[in-house]
Amino acid sequence: MRAGLAIVAALIVLAIIGPPLWGDQAEAINSAAILQGASAAHPLGTDNLGRDLLARVLVAGRFTLMLALLATAIGAVVGTVLGALPAVLPRKGARFVTGLVNALVAFPGLLLAMFVAVIAGLGAKGAVLGIGAAIAPGFARLTQTLAASVAGADYVSAARMLGVPRGRILARHVLPNIAEPLILNLTQAMGGALLGLAGMSFLGLGVQPPSFDWGRLLFDGFARIYLTPEVALGPAVAVALAGIGFNLLGDGLVKKARRARPSTDKAVAPRPEPVAADPEAVLDVRELTVAFPGGVTPVRELSLTIRPGEIVGLVGESGSGKSLTAAAVGGLVPYPGVVGASLLHRGGEVAMVFQEPALNPALKVGGQLAEVAIVRDGLSRAEARERAIDRLGRVHLPDPARSAKSHPHELSGGMRQRAVIAMGLMGSPKLIVADEPTTALDVTVQGQILKLLREVVDQTGSAVLFISHDIAVVGELCDRVVVMYAGRVVEELPVKELAAGAAHPYTRALIASLPDMETDRSRPLASIPGRQPAPADVGEGCAFAPRCALATERCAAERPPLTVYGPAHRVACWEA
Amino acid sequence: MAELKNPAGASIDAPAAARPPARSATARRLLRHAVRLVVSLAVLMVASFAMIHLIPGDPVRASLGPAAPVELVEARRAALGLDRPWPEQLLTYTGDVLTGNFGTSFITGEPVGQIIATRLPNTLVLALLATLLALAVAIPLGMWAAVRTENGRNRGTEAGFGAATGAAVAVPEFLYSIALVAVFAIWLKWLPPASKAGPESYILPILAMSIGPTAMIARISRAQTLRELGQDYVRLARANRLPVVRLHLRHVLPNTLTATLTVGGLLLTSLIAGSVLVEYVFAWPGLGQRIVESITMKDYPVAQGAILVYGALVLIVNFLVDVLIGVLDPTSALKEN
Repeated sequence: MRAGLAIVAALIVLAIIGPPLWGDQAEAINSAAILQGASAAHPLGTDNLGRDLLARVLVAGRFTLMLALLATAIGAVVGTVLGALPAVLPRKGARFVTGLVNALVAFPGLLLAMFVAVIAGLGAKGAVLGIGAAIAPGFARLTQTLAASVAGADYVSAARMLGVPRGRILARHVLPNIAEPLILNLTQAMGGALLGLAGMSFLGLGVQPPSFDWGRLLFDGFARIYLTPEVALGPAVAVALAGIGFNLLGDGLVKKARRARPSTDKAVAPRPEPVAADPEAVLDVRELTVAFPGGVTPVRELSLTIRPGEIVGLVGESGSGKSLTAAAVGGLVPYPGVVGASLLHRGGEVAMVFQEPALNPALKVGGQLAEVAIVRDGLSRAEARERAIDRLGRVHLPDPARSAKSHPHELSGGMRQRAVIAMGLMGSPKLIVADEPTTALDVTVQGQILKLLREVVDQTGSAVLFISHDIAVVGELCDRVVVMYAGRVVEELPVKELAAGAAHPYTRALIASLPDMETDRSRPLASIPGRQPAPADVGEGCAFAPRCALATERCAAERPPLTVYGPAHRVACWEA
Repeated sequence: MAELKNPAGASIDAPAAARPPARSATARRLLRHAVRLVVSLAVLMVASFAMIHLIPGDPVRASLGPAAPVELVEARRAALGLDRPWPEQLLTYTGDVLTGNFGTSFITGEPVGQIIATRLPNTLVLALLATLLALAVAIPLGMWAAVRTENGRNRGTEAGFGAATGAAVAVPEFLYSIALVAVFAIWLKWLPPASKAGPESYILPILAMSIGPTAMIARISRAQTLRELGQDYVRLARANRLPVVRLHLRHVLPNTLTATLTVGGLLLTSLIAGSVLVEYVFAWPGLGQRIVESITMKDYPVAQGAILVYGALVLIVNFLVDVLIGVLDPTSALKEN
């Protein structure tokens, strides 16, 4: 970006000062020094009239840039008009213009430029018109795409409803909102125009003597490349630099408009003293912390033990750290996140199920399942296929043999989620981590998937860590519930105590916000005032204190530890 | 892809109901593209016909020069049919083009069809080999860069890759050609500087044509790969502990190919046009070299025929790319509908 800006700035300076400084030298004919190679007097040699080529290159910058600017302007104006036309034309005309633009965009610019050059004749005029014509379709397509995205916006619909004429909508609402990307594109188009014109002149189809641009100088220099290759060097370097400069600048501008640069720190996670694992547990995690650069710690000192056959629900709002906990359990925390724990023990194979039924769209379902067994258990292709069909049957896919031969897009969302669970069952997982597995599905299918998970647990004895934002779903499925808030566990309790025995104000608020049969529908649903703090904003005290009706000064100053509250019930609250 | 539920509440999902529509969607899409191809070819033909008529003044006079005798100009006009009304001319032109008669050169008197037949294969060989080379180098390069820079790791690689490909894309093929000739033919004398001879004469033109597209495709391949690496199926495959090579080649690569090949196809068409400049530098006996000659010398029948053929090639290649994508990625047909 900076390099691009520097090159373009240098080109502009050259275009301004070049002709007055070296103009005379570039035109000075010296019959004693024709067609020379590089020398001290003429670093890039001389042409057939003995004129200094370095001076000619420096002077030609202005003409080259002017022609490129002219071609870009022509292309941008024609293209923008062509692209905006469908928005104002009647239906048939709009379709015609759109079709024309689509056809022209696919056409290589040089071909369009040569087409125009045949008509307009050899020379700078033909080349500029031709390159302008070559640039226009790209602009038209961009304008069309952008205008279409703006046309769907609320304020445009509103203007249309108010009866504002279409031309006025285009001028007042659409064009101003798409101007920025169009201007960014201008920079890149300018580079393209410069290269295109250089190409035309290099072929002898563009600028004709006595005028000269870089392409024409290259044309002359190339004719002598066997004797004095250095004479082609000057214009070649100039064209290459200009092309690179405009391209880098355009790229940089587009990127800058798109995003800010992320931080470059390294994440640091605490490394607590290791402790021994519960040998029977399928998952035993102590003091798990997940940290990201910049002191962001979305999961803090989380401890969780899961025994065979248990279904444990992990509940929390989005941003509470529950999905990162699942990722840490599966060993899938994305870079640059770092995991620290005094213990992270997995009692066997872990299978993962995600929110979106995560099958590879390009591969057949059966093949993806079989692959797991081939790679992990060393099964033969036929054995693995047989097992895949068996597992697809076990998750109640109708006609498993046929489903195995389908691509994922040929199955419904519910069927895909079943297939992913079947994939988890290809091995013999001791723990299935299900991260919001039903959130993307509709309610009936949700119920079927929950039933299936319960069935899998009853049949195989594996445990499930079920992650959800929905405390009602968790209450329906799980044996035990762990509630997370702002990266920490605030309460852990058996599911049968959930309705009446919850001790933490946050858990109680979650339950109170659920509608049931007795809820008075005429009153608004209860909701928790305030918002969960971001992982970076958690202070010294209880993270829930700002939203808590029971909060005291102590809550704000000192964080309550997770303490035993009853059998299999722990809570982190001073007021519980 | 609606879901069926039976009244008893047991789960009966729609048994792959989308399959027959998927096939007919592919067929419909193919038909639509074929129709579009035919219409585009017709428009192209009219445009190439119009090109001669849009030349200001008299193209024959412009071609023969002001000194040519009036009788010769009249005779040439009659031979070209330029003295007849234009709808009749268009009809004749259409018939001629469809029977492969593109007229004769003003300058050499050769049939234009014959010029195209002898020169086009040389152009196509270059463009095809350059495209294959670019794809073969760029797709692995882009994937490698994506895997190395996923989630913002290895910022050095990311910056280097971005700068190198950005610069490589920005340099036009004729500069690569000149540089390669200067270095490998004139300075080192390793390879022939020009004209088509043995296999070694192909090396420089193909290199010159493929450097830019390689950089371009590598960028797209990287962007596509990065996008796929963020998908849930990759998380699942990683959770299943699939080996890294298998994960990337069997799971990620096929999903990146649609976009990469679309651009690759477009690049092939731009290579067909870009070959004009490369052929000029290497004195390669292709159609591109002849097109430049014909425009410079106002040999309009040759220019007209060559531009028509180039345009038709572009349209046909685009059509083939669309078909290929439909075969490789059956979901794209559904998406398009």
